[in-house]
Amino acid sequence: MAPLLVAALFYTFTMPKLTLNSTTYTNQAGDTVLDTLLANQVEIPYACQQGSCQSCLIRSPEQAPPEESQKGLKETQRARNFFLACQCHPSEDMALELDSNEQPFVAVNVISITSLNEETIELIIQHPSDFIFHPGQFINLRRQDGIIRSYSIANCKNTDNTLELHVRKLPDGDFSTWASDVLKAGDTIEMQGPFGDCFYIQDDPEQPLLLIGTGTGLAPLAGILQDALAKGHTGPIHLYHGSRDLSGLYRIDELRTLASETSNFHYTPCLSGTSEHGEFKFGRANTEALKDFPELKNHRIYLCGHPSMVKSAQREAYLSGAALHQIFADAFTVNNPNE
Amino acid sequence: MSDSLYEKLGGEAAVDAAVNLFYRKVLADDRINDFFDGVDMESQLAKQKAFLTMAFGGPNNYTGADLRTGHAHLVERGLNDSHFDAVVENLGATLTELGISDELIGEVVAVCEPTRNDILGK
Repeated sequence: MAPLLVAALFYTFTMPKLTLNSTTYTNQAGDTVLDTLLANQVEIPYACQQGSCQSCLIRSPEQAPPEESQKGLKETQRARNFFLACQCHPSEDMALELDSNEQPFVAVNVISITSLNEETIELIIQHPSDFIFHPGQFINLRRQDGIIRSYSIANCKNTDNTLELHVRKLPDGDFSTWASDVLKAGDTIEMQGPFGDCFYIQDDPEQPLLLIGTGTGLAPLAGILQDALAKGHTGPIHLYHGSRDLSGLYRIDELRTLASETSNFHYTPCLSGTSEHGEFKFGRANTEALKDFPELKNHRIYLCGHPSMVKSAQREAYLSGAALHQIFADAFTVNNPNE
Repeated sequence: MSDSLYEKLGGEAAVDAAVNLFYRKVLADDRINDFFDGVDMESQLAKQKAFLTMAFGGPNNYTGADLRTGHAHLVERGLNDSHFDAVVENLGATLTELGISDELIGEVVAVCEPTRNDILGK
């Protein structure tokens, strides 16, 4: 039988079911996932319908989508089973997720709270044993009164099932002040996640990595760094951690020790607000890093912290030759004017 | 039947080769880069790819009305003929760098020209 005819028969007899928010839709032969959802009046953003604008990005959390529907996506998005609905001709049943904010919150225990410096605390919580995450992703924490804040995961999966989060105490920060002054070991708090595409993927262990962060942007970078080293990354890893003054840096000694013991890891703490920078590099972390690495064609870059730093560093890195899909960014937006 | 402009330029592979070169030129061009401040770079790159596909005479779903509404906020900020010309100039420079003949570049420019009035809201 001619291959084309076999394919036609195959499509005729295969009508996969798509499930979204507990409703099931039948995907007619030849239709894309987008066609099916639109035909059933599901509200989904879309535009070009040819796989370039990425408006119809959707996720199939439980099983890998067809490869052709992931063309042009970031490695980390592929790893989390994101795909383009307009490019997906499903061959089997799929469970779909449009908005990951619909994930449930679960109550978790606070294990410890310790000070990292004047303005930052380390919050350790215990996650459910079936919680799967990539270090560098973030979770949402919800207080009893409903206030929600996002924090990045700074550690790899461990046998105690704990997550390490870095919380910056903002001057009028409702949540952060409460977390540092009221919350204590043994308390419970609600957690949701994980979210985000800023994490390590081992597709090229020799690729040079450039990690740039300000303030608690060190949290996801610390997670990414540990993950890369644990997975045997051999390419050079440069970490630039910056702050205006010394009170914004932390883990300095630990990172220096790690750099002295790890031949491919290099650590450059930067201070931008004081001319008395002593043993630290004087300048902004992103500016100094991009000065040290004017050619980024083969690099993978991680940018975490202040949104304006992330935005300008992304642009500069791209203009220095980095491919846009090799730039992973996590901009920490402040949730409300008081926080 | 002779090849279409899109096929002569090398189709999707040519768009992929050109898009980053082109977008970097646009971002580095002080005459026009203010218009790109604060935009999401990844979705912008996707749009640049769609634009190049169109300019290369390839398959696209864009209509004059799309181009009009999509650029209206930029027209309000002062987008005019000089900016349109600068973009076309960057496109030409990109294609020259990729070794495309002047004749084919002329055809690409000719494809872009009819979008001028829609983009500038005239």
